[in-house]
Amino acid sequence: MTATEPAPTTSRALDEIKIGGMGASRKRVEDNRFLRGRGHYVDDVVLPGMLHMEILRSPVAHARIVSIDASRAWDIPGVRLVLTGEMMATRNLAWMPTLSYDTQAVLATDKVRFQGQEVACVIADDPYIAKDACEAIEVEYEQLPVIVNPTQATAPDAPIIRDDKEGQADNVIFDWEVGDRAGTDRAFAEADHVSTIRMHYPRSHPSPLECCGSVADFDRATGKLTVYMTTQAPHIVRAAVALIAELPEHLIRIVSPDLGGGFGNKVPVYPGYVMSILASILLERPVKWIEDRSGNLISTGFGRDVYLEGEMALRRDGKILAVRMHTDSDHGAFFGDAQPSKFKIGLLHSTFSCYDIPTAHLTARGVYTNKAPGGVAYRCSFRVTEAMFFQERMMQAAADELGIDQAEFRRMNFVRDDDFPHRTPFGFLTDSGQYAKCLQVGLDAIDYEGFRREQAEAAKQGRLLGIGISCMTEPLGAGNSREYDILGIKMFDSAELRVHMTGKAILRTGAKSQGQGHETTWAQIVAHELGIPAEDIVVEEGDTDTAPFGMGTYASRSTPVAGAAVAMVSRKIRAKARKLAAHLLEVSEEDVEWELGRFYVRSAPDRGVTIQECAMAAYSNMPDGLEPGLEANAYYDPPNLTWPFGCYIVTVEVDPMTGVWDVLRVVAVDDCGVRINPMIVEGQIMGGLTEAYAMSSMQFITFDADGNCIGSNFMDYLLPTAWETPGYELHEVVTPCPHHPIGAKGIGECATVGGPAAFVNAVMDAVKQYGVRNVDMPLLPDRVYEAITQRHDVSGAPPIRTDA
Amino acid sequence: MTSLYEEIPQAAAEDVPVRRITVSVNGQRRTADVEPRLLLAHLLRQGFKLTGTHTGCDTTNCGACTVLVDGLPAKSCTMLAVQADGHEVTTVEGLAGPSELHPLQEGFKDEHGLQCGFCTPGMMLAAKALLEENPDPTEDEVRFALSGNLCRCTGYQNIVKSVLWAAQKMNTAKTQGGESE
Repeated sequence: MTATEPAPTTSRALDEIKIGGMGASRKRVEDNRFLRGRGHYVDDVVLPGMLHMEILRSPVAHARIVSIDASRAWDIPGVRLVLTGEMMATRNLAWMPTLSYDTQAVLATDKVRFQGQEVACVIADDPYIAKDACEAIEVEYEQLPVIVNPTQATAPDAPIIRDDKEGQADNVIFDWEVGDRAGTDRAFAEADHVSTIRMHYPRSHPSPLECCGSVADFDRATGKLTVYMTTQAPHIVRAAVALIAELPEHLIRIVSPDLGGGFGNKVPVYPGYVMSILASILLERPVKWIEDRSGNLISTGFGRDVYLEGEMALRRDGKILAVRMHTDSDHGAFFGDAQPSKFKIGLLHSTFSCYDIPTAHLTARGVYTNKAPGGVAYRCSFRVTEAMFFQERMMQAAADELGIDQAEFRRMNFVRDDDFPHRTPFGFLTDSGQYAKCLQVGLDAIDYEGFRREQAEAAKQGRLLGIGISCMTEPLGAGNSREYDILGIKMFDSAELRVHMTGKAILRTGAKSQGQGHETTWAQIVAHELGIPAEDIVVEEGDTDTAPFGMGTYASRSTPVAGAAVAMVSRKIRAKARKLAAHLLEVSEEDVEWELGRFYVRSAPDRGVTIQECAMAAYSNMPDGLEPGLEANAYYDPPNLTWPFGCYIVTVEVDPMTGVWDVLRVVAVDDCGVRINPMIVEGQIMGGLTEAYAMSSMQFITFDADGNCIGSNFMDYLLPTAWETPGYELHEVVTPCPHHPIGAKGIGECATVGGPAAFVNAVMDAVKQYGVRNVDMPLLPDRVYEAITQRHDVSGAPPIRTDA
Repeated sequence: MTSLYEEIPQAAAEDVPVRRITVSVNGQRRTADVEPRLLLAHLLRQGFKLTGTHTGCDTTNCGACTVLVDGLPAKSCTMLAVQADGHEVTTVEGLAGPSELHPLQEGFKDEHGLQCGFCTPGMMLAAKALLEENPDPTEDEVRFALSGNLCRCTGYQNIVKSVLWAAQKMNTAKTQGGESE
């Protein structure tokens, strides 16, 4: 074939799996660099003349700042700049807006409001000097009473944490409600039985293995600011920097390099980023800030910290008549939740979406406390983790009270397969699902009846076995743009595809992988749509100078939104390639048919041209009147969220002598629609299950009465290792998403959302005979032991109990 | 190696205590002038530009900074560079030559043993030390040997499989090598 005259050739449809298309467990492209130690994370960025920044944090949780004396820090050789709140204030940068229409201190001016709050920062020639200088700064604090939970926050004599805000007379951030109050009251009045339960979903920290950091590089000569930073949403950051720092958006370049995990922790804009940017502008040199682990754990975005009062109205035969819920959520010192603007408590009202509930009502109150700000979607689509945990804990309690089998109670209340589309009691529209089938696959896999027999046998010897079931469907992939926006920016996403002359291509999206494998899977979608082998497509993300505008990767939205954009942009390319094919085949476009990788003449299937031949023609032999080139972009605004479904079943044995519990088996059945890369999907599920196990067994952030963070390092904040983590048995059901162009749904967080209740329900099942209805997560041995021996529920709410 | 202090005034620079050390890194003899408090992880990353060694926790819990010192796993974030004086250090960059992969690297790719990649260098080095001591470990032995290394992405199951994959490959290579001799 020559560049100018591609002769129509005989070609064949391709085998999709062989070219690494949809359904192929293609090995990951990004591994090639990670395995060699050649990943490029933010701390690997080194620029000429780069300085280093360290942050001085408050040791106390609530105090008025009397004075800050930084003179000794300035005297240390190698120190270039010391910034305090007072200096930030002169540039109007002492405070910044949060993602939830509140404000957050960048550097404290009047008060510190949580332990670990940023008080000053030092920029020096190396990080050791900067740290020395931080220790040389003298701050005098006048301590104030500390609030660590909603009860304290709403007490009549509670000190006002946000006295900086005009008109803020108490510590309440919002009172919000959704659902049908009157209808729910009526249903409760008619109920045969009302089941109630109270619990606390503890504060948890996402703790990606890489902490946050940035390298800000302001170039006075060009006026351009480049920031390499750990962000899951680079375009949102660019917009935020333009607004906060009042810099022109076209001269801001945000680069999110390889990220060592995110899990929601890297969505918000943190004070450290802002300080490094200002320091670079002031010093006209690159400034690097790399957070240490304690800084990460005590000051950056956490998840959960929600208290539930749940009630369920029941008919004697097991039919759920109504659900009533009240939540109190602890948001810390600043309301910094990363969530769609319209909803105050995220998508908590997606609770009970898989069940047929006639009516429901939810009230939610958010409060300020003296704890770190920034409720993030920790591996969770905006508080659906709490929604599904509360749901499945309420389901277990209700089934036990009615004396109905756990599986049967769920089955009889599921939305049936032929009931879609289904409007949930809080107004979501679910579009598909095979819930009962999913549950049955799980029950068969774990041999439910067999385990019940084993459990009864074991009980005779005094052994405590338990089984826990958790089923849920959750809304993943915000928007649509009608209902979902962050700070007014609609939640769509984007892709740009450039097919080169030789049929190779580059794809860029507005998402940003943190380990999900976009470089591998996005190429598979293009391969599926165009027949270009996946290995011929390079994927780039994270650089706002080159990537199309997108909302980034969190809340399992990449495949539902950016993934759909990848399919749509490929289809645009295919539409143009069809015109080129008609030209090459010398037939009209209507006579051209497509099969994977080639166009052919309908009446003569042997006469065809490959997609690669079309690409060549786009640059070398285009028909008159057709625009040259083979490039396109697509912005995708999903018509609805995607609704994956999961069923998680866990069996445990509890040691009555110690309260220690061991996981016997974990079965996960996930329905995330069509799987682009089954290997990667399974990797996501196992990672999610591990975070579920972590939160149920050991991982939580708590505080003492003085507001000291318990869990400020990995010695105190327990994360499971390979030794504790159980093995997993994975199963699947496939219900394609009816509106997604390739039938896929989100998956990244399903197991984290649905998993915790399975572990907790299993332990509660094992200790049911002691009259225990709830032990708050994590189910630490001492809590379980107390529940068994004292025969009562155990609260985990802060302040933490001490021996004294 | 004085790059960490090249910017400060001469008088101050003379106050900085410096000690000369010689370390064999991935088989190459390297000499550096370091401040006694400099951590080995920082010497490797900033001094020797070997950025495959990551720091994740500062407290010896996460293992992202694991390197081999004289063949044994050590957490380089809580080891001083001066303590490595006269010793042999192996980092992820020394696992295999530029155009080849170590069986562990192949195993991690084949079994999807990594996602974000941040823990992976430390995991592979801890696993290398295990396989040298115990070439045919059980699943439990792998899990125990890696219990000083945290991963937040994978849930470990595929990491364990990756190590077992490598063990099998190395054992097969050994057997075949033995037969051909």
